[in-house]
Amino acid sequence: MLRYLLHKLALIIPTVFGISLAAFAFVRLLPGDPILALAGERGVSPERYAELVERFGYNRPYVIQYLEYIGRVLTGDFGISIATKRPVLGEFQALFPATLELATIALIIAVLIGIPAGIFAAVKRGSWFDQATMGVALTGYSMPIFWWGLLLIIFFSGYLGWTPVSGRIGLQYFFKPTTGFMLIDSLISGKSGAFRSAASHLILPAIVLATIPLAVIARQTRSAMLEVLGEDYVRTARAKGLAPRRVIGLHAFRNALIPVVTTIGLQVGTLMAGAILTETIFSWPGIGKWMIDAIGKRDYVVVQSGLLIIALIVMAVNLIVDVLYAVINPRIRVQ
Amino acid sequence: MKKKLTFAAALLAASVLGGMANAKQLVYCSEASPAGFDPSPWSGGNDFDASSRTIYSRLVEFEHGKTTITPGLAESWTVSDDGLEYTFKLRPGVKFQTTDYFTPTRDLNADDVIFSFERQWKKESPWYDYLAGTGWEYFAGMGFPDLLKEIVKVDDLTVKFVLNKPEVAFLPDLGMDFASIVSKEYADQLDKADTRQQFTQKPIGTGPFQFVDYQVDAVIRYAAWDGYFGGRQKIDDLIFAITTDPAVRAQKLKAGECDIMSYPAPADIAGLQADPNLKVDEQEGLNIGYMAYNTTQSPFDKVEVRKALNMAVNKQAILDAVYQGAGQAAINPIPPTMWSYNKDIKDDPYDPDAAKKMLADAGVTDLSMKIWAMPVSRPYNPNAQRIAELIQADYAKIGVKAEIVSYEWTEYRERGKQKDRDGAFQLGWTGDNGDPDNFLFLLGCDAIGQSNYAIWCNQEFEGLLQKGKATTDVAERTKIYEEAQAVFKREAPWLTIAHSKVFMPMNKKVSGFVMDPLGIHRFDGVDVTE
Repeated sequence: MLRYLLHKLALIIPTVFGISLAAFAFVRLLPGDPILALAGERGVSPERYAELVERFGYNRPYVIQYLEYIGRVLTGDFGISIATKRPVLGEFQALFPATLELATIALIIAVLIGIPAGIFAAVKRGSWFDQATMGVALTGYSMPIFWWGLLLIIFFSGYLGWTPVSGRIGLQYFFKPTTGFMLIDSLISGKSGAFRSAASHLILPAIVLATIPLAVIARQTRSAMLEVLGEDYVRTARAKGLAPRRVIGLHAFRNALIPVVTTIGLQVGTLMAGAILTETIFSWPGIGKWMIDAIGKRDYVVVQSGLLIIALIVMAVNLIVDVLYAVINPRIRVQ
Repeated sequence: MKKKLTFAAALLAASVLGGMANAKQLVYCSEASPAGFDPSPWSGGNDFDASSRTIYSRLVEFEHGKTTITPGLAESWTVSDDGLEYTFKLRPGVKFQTTDYFTPTRDLNADDVIFSFERQWKKESPWYDYLAGTGWEYFAGMGFPDLLKEIVKVDDLTVKFVLNKPEVAFLPDLGMDFASIVSKEYADQLDKADTRQQFTQKPIGTGPFQFVDYQVDAVIRYAAWDGYFGGRQKIDDLIFAITTDPAVRAQKLKAGECDIMSYPAPADIAGLQADPNLKVDEQEGLNIGYMAYNTTQSPFDKVEVRKALNMAVNKQAILDAVYQGAGQAAINPIPPTMWSYNKDIKDDPYDPDAAKKMLADAGVTDLSMKIWAMPVSRPYNPNAQRIAELIQADYAKIGVKAEIVSYEWTEYRERGKQKDRDGAFQLGWTGDNGDPDNFLFLLGCDAIGQSNYAIWCNQEFEGLLQKGKATTDVAERTKIYEEAQAVFKREAPWLTIAHSKVFMPMNKKVSGFVMDPLGIHRFDGVDVTE
């Protein structure tokens, strides 16, 4: 197991360097200039421009800039935002709990609905339920997040008035964040109605963010289950007279779980990408909205460091998933 | 006795809680997060709304809803005959805000005024670079480093600005956001604690509201400042709910989650106007959308060609299709609401046949050119791509082939400045301080390579511009600028497209909100009826 873990860790190191290089290059390949973006429409004189380029070090060779950047990152210094002048790591730490909370709830929704729907669709293959579930899953997967989010806001918040339009909690609740997770902080605050308000603010953004992962998990579960249900050992279990629920739950689902867990692990990346749009629509103060703003302002430091931190988190989650495989299926360890 | 005390304490607590429950709250759905709360380093309208206009005050202020200058922290001032010395008498007894992170020990004085400017000006000041890479863009952009000779403390409540040259727009400049007055005592305290960064995170000013809390990218909270020299505000709590999408802001306003919102999308305005709980204020914007020809390149170096192209464009079609009733055709380079606007000037008529003939007379046949379309929406030009398409169709009618080009926003503006740029370049301007020079400078010879996208240097116009800057008498300046507008119209370096209207939707329970021609959002004087 340790050897397996070391092998996986050894793969991560070059990946991190690759991503840091890609992030560094990506933001510089974008047309635009952070100093001009900062100056706004009033512009900046050529002398002032040259002075600022010198101060930020953008006139030095890219290789030097990259090596300096990576050197600082290795000491834990992710730099200071060009736009806000705040440390990138500090901004990330302040905003990440909001994204994590949203993504966690979205993933829970996706798993709790996606897996049972996939199992049921596989067991009832060809039935109206199967057809309907897969149809809805395909629609969910194809739906543009921005449009879907606005549609839900207009219907549930605007027309029915059931849910708040945007934000994390009602503005009447004001307390200092303890954990950064609003559901927990609202409980700790002891303010009556705060938890309910925080939960109601989570409903629509979590549904929007969960839509694509839910569709993917449901489809993956269905196909994995269909494959396993045709196996000899399932037939044997049935022939032995085991209850259908036991055959599906114990024999079929457990063996179908590996591709499903893989898919769930991969959805972490999808959730991060989806969070960018979801957070923008719902004014959710997380890292997705933060990254979008930084790209718009050509804030090189935030974009390159933000991408690197997000990539590190996604890789850490995938490492955990890899370890989980090994726990679920010992053959993977041996391989 | 103990029982009596307990009862009194309970009564006090109940009254405080009762007071809290009855606190008047105004929620403003703002469009973006502020970069910080120091009023001077940043240049975005959302930065100003969140810092300078709520927390801070200036020596002089723009009259609410107008662009005329009124006393602010300075109760009076005198200008020397040569226009080089401005002496300000400060208002006595002005209190800086007391918060849980700063308790002032003295009132505002001349040291605060000098510090507020020198930190943006003197590179040796430890505060010049307290935020890495701060450009102090507005201070530099308004020409203050060259304009200021020295700032002298005459006494505690008298401060004198000595200029290198006369500058008639100096007073309006001092009403701008970057000229907000900050606390030197607070800065010294942070210096000692080596926590200078806090200056922009936990601000202290003399304005109507004091900072309470900022949850990054989500909510900013302010409370009315009891010691405000202009009197305590009617609302107790001011909250900015940061909501970047205009459609979502509109939904929040309709749902009662905010009381007032900024910048509605044109498509949402009719729906907001129809809502029985809402009202939508509107005002002519202090702005202009234009298209600048490159007057150094053939055939746009010929006045008759520029005139012909102007006459080929159906502005009414643009107003109908793009501004959707929220704009008016622009004739002059300054908006009609600004003093010195020349009402006698007539616009070039829409006449494709005459335009075609004028081009032929100028010897221009088979003209191919580029129309530049901004990649972003701006109040003065909500959809440059659509405008470009309409102009392209109009040009086709007179035999001119136009290709539409666009680039990323900063790249777009940089390419537009190039002297060999081909064709006509769409852009616009929103006024900073209500002075005509703040618009006309866009066409000055000094602005070539920066904000003069027509690359137009006309000596007659330039002479009038310089004369206007050196004249203090308003009636005299009005005449000068009227003449400058006539020269502009005769020479046609731009196609003046439109001045747009600005809309401000709000709940009907909000009263006292005055739309500002400079595009800032001020909440002093606003009330909410329950």
